[in-house]
Amino acid sequence: MKKIKLILYIFSFTLFFLNNLNAANSQQVDKISKNLRCLICQGQSVYDSQSDFALSMKILINKKINEGKNEKEIYDFLKNKYGEWIVYEPEISQNTILLWVIPLILFIFGGILIVRKVSIK
Amino acid sequence: MNKNIKFIIIILFSLFVFFVFYKGLEKPKNYLPEKNLNKIETSLVFKNLNDQKEILLGDLITNNSFSIINIWASWCLPCRDEHAYLLKLRNINKIDIIGINYKDKKSNAIEFLSDLGNPYHEVLVDLDGTKSIELGAIGVPETYLINNKILVKKYIGPLDDAKFKEIINLIKNEKN
Amino acid sequence: MINQIGNFSLFIALFASIFLIFQSSNVIRNKSKNLDGKIFSALSVQSLMVLISFFSLIYAFIVSDFSNETVYNNSHTTKPLFYKISGSWGNHEGSLLLWLLVLNIFLFIFFISSKKLLNKYRILTVLFQELIIIGFLLFIIFTSNPFLHLFPIPKEGTGLNPILQDPALAIHPPILYLGYVGTSIIFSSALAALVYGMVNKIWAKHIKKWIVISWIFLTIGILLGSIWAYYELGWGGFWFWDPVENVSLMPWFCLTALFHTIIVLEKRNIYQSWTIILSIATFSLSMGGTFLVRSGILNSIHTFANDPSRGIFILCFLLVLVLLAISIFFIFQKKLLKNFTKTFLVSKETAIIVNNWFMMFFLSVVLIGTVYPIFLEVINGSKISIGPPFYQKLIVPFLIPFLLFMAVGPKIKWIKDNLSKINYNQFILFILSIAISYLLVKLYGISYLLILPLFGLGFFLFFLTIKDFFSKNSTLSQKISHFGFSLFILSILFNGTLAKEFSSNMKVGDERKFLNKIIKFENIKIIEKNNYKSLVANFKISDEKSSISLNPEVRIYNQPRTLTSEAAINSTIYSDNFLVFNVIKDDGYYNVRYQFKPLMMWIWFSIILISAGGILSYLKKNE
Repeated sequence: MKKIKLILYIFSFTLFFLNNLNAANSQQVDKISKNLRCLICQGQSVYDSQSDFALSMKILINKKINEGKNEKEIYDFLKNKYGEWIVYEPEISQNTILLWVIPLILFIFGGILIVRKVSIK
Repeated sequence: MNKNIKFIIIILFSLFVFFVFYKGLEKPKNYLPEKNLNKIETSLVFKNLNDQKEILLGDLITNNSFSIINIWASWCLPCRDEHAYLLKLRNINKIDIIGINYKDKKSNAIEFLSDLGNPYHEVLVDLDGTKSIELGAIGVPETYLINNKILVKKYIGPLDDAKFKEIINLIKNEKN
Repeated sequence: MINQIGNFSLFIALFASIFLIFQSSNVIRNKSKNLDGKIFSALSVQSLMVLISFFSLIYAFIVSDFSNETVYNNSHTTKPLFYKISGSWGNHEGSLLLWLLVLNIFLFIFFISSKKLLNKYRILTVLFQELIIIGFLLFIIFTSNPFLHLFPIPKEGTGLNPILQDPALAIHPPILYLGYVGTSIIFSSALAALVYGMVNKIWAKHIKKWIVISWIFLTIGILLGSIWAYYELGWGGFWFWDPVENVSLMPWFCLTALFHTIIVLEKRNIYQSWTIILSIATFSLSMGGTFLVRSGILNSIHTFANDPSRGIFILCFLLVLVLLAISIFFIFQKKLLKNFTKTFLVSKETAIIVNNWFMMFFLSVVLIGTVYPIFLEVINGSKISIGPPFYQKLIVPFLIPFLLFMAVGPKIKWIKDNLSKINYNQFILFILSIAISYLLVKLYGISYLLILPLFGLGFFLFFLTIKDFFSKNSTLSQKISHFGFSLFILSILFNGTLAKEFSSNMKVGDERKFLNKIIKFENIKIIEKNNYKSLVANFKISDEKSSISLNPEVRIYNQPRTLTSEAAINSTIYSDNFLVFNVIKDDGYYNVRYQFKPLMMWIWFSIILISAGGILSYLKKNE
């Protein structure tokens, strides 16, 4: 009985979850500039910054989108100019793999510790 | 025994973290985009300040010799300070200096040059600042030393005595 | 004169510290008997001296005594009195002095309020705490002395950074420090308790008060900082995942975990070593945070005056404390009770450890995200930035199971329970929550993948915590805090998904259409104030039903010469209208940014509720 309830929980959950997959991107420039770090006022995003650099950057991103570049191409273009530092979300690479993986490993490790200290019956 | 190993590992780990932070303190705090690219974006098309004619940047940079790109604006105070060095560079070495006028008013820019002298071989206009970004600049002033269409050195911020001497030396060494 | 008094008081406090360390270690090594009286008087003297020192600094700020270097660097005669006073801890030196003061006062309170407990344990706690105090004293006296003399005496000071001239920011640091420093008491006392093998119910009951009080202050401190960032930085957000913010969040996660675990220790006498580890970690994170912020090792929007020698001092000090704690832990670990039995899968103990599991995960994300760039740069020289997308991507998906556990967990009984309690009532609530969130998602056309389960579980938790108010199986403080948390999650979700934003360059008289609203730039005027000049704009935002008028400002401070934008915010219980403008180079044009932020007030309110739960739990003495 317990199990059935649990399955029902999970089932109703995933059903609605999948129903919602159609993501759409509207405000591309905002989205991209939020993920870029301003080089003038470091610590702010290009989106938030009012510096000349940031304002021009927003115009440039707009231009690039009109040229038909996608988000990734724009990031790559800018990384090429200013280095990996400019993006707030580091891509998964040799340098950053640990960044993404360590928290998950710790989570799994924690889970194992808990399972070992808990008895089912 | 097991406990001792744990203890040693944790101590070593703490020391490692300590060491990294210690080293980290020595690193500069502010990020400057060092030379990420050796190539200069020669395919950029600019308008000329005076007659608005379109010019390809690549056409201005000559093969087999040095050129300098200087990004400036009349509203930028450090640009005034470095202006004398640009004039000197122009006079001593007869290098082509390409000025990129950054987000400026035409009248102000022309006034600036007539007041302080014009070191530029050609003044190009970057009205919205996007072309400077394509060149990899973050603001004004910036100066790029180019040899044979390859970026030799990038200076962020105004030129000063030290940078000026360095440019002279770089050019001299190459010629010898 | 006043400078000398402040300075000498610090030296006397230093001697008191040495004396206390010497005396307390004598007691511990059984060399001398009961020295309660002596220690009490030394502690009083020390606290008094630090207090005098602190007040002399405030006095120097009030009278604008520019022979004092700290005053010269951070104050100005035209500054309002309130900010002269708050300016005394709005800078590096003064804030450390405040920190030291809180350390002393807390220790003093600890000493007089723990008389019922084993004397040696108290003295050992004093010893550990004095080690921390002496570290801070040395740090202040030799690297950050607030009483340095300037000669010739300047006529005028350089002023306080205008963005710090703000009521929320005036009280934000003291409150946050109360939280940070509280964790030092937990640290010292946990180590002392471990040494004397008294990590048990009695100790848990006693230290719980300190945990709760630190937790309350830390929570409110973070809240104040966040409110300040919201209206002062002018970006319309309240959390930027900036390193300095993260640094306050890390001990909070740890402390929240400890807050829950200590309840298990108090009720069931288990999880002793985990409690000790958490106590050590919480304080280490508070100190580590201080290091990260004050050394300038991180690139952040909030900058303190940076000086590498300070960084090295804190770092070494931190290393000493951590090594000491680890060694003590390993040496005395055997004194912990060996009566460990496995807890049952479905029991409150397990539920709480699951809470800790998630807290530790969130902590690890924030910690690794904050320090990873430092490690990477040292190890192979590459520089990267880690910003909001990283934290969101790792934290948001894990909120889903977390919310689920949080909904179910608190209802589970101690020792052993079973899941058949999940009755159909709850299941109906669950379906209802999912249905509501499904409608919401459809109604507003939200397209983010995880929003539906998040909303669903947010509502589920919300309904369950409301239902809990009518049941008797948990304490009122817990009900309020958990209800506050569900409200928090929901407000954040609404706020994050339904916020709308508009930005444009406008001149006086311009009108812009945005959504169903019209934004009109009515006029702008200049107002001269004592220490700044202000451009006050008037905007009218109207829709079919109503119209509001907003007056954002741009302030031009004269000392130091800085431009700040003051946002105009119109708050209602439904939403905030946030408008900020900036001067740009185009003549007559201003960059205008308007944001519509739903349920903003509820974010603040829900955090106040969460803290209120804590306060209630503190007030109830014999729960």
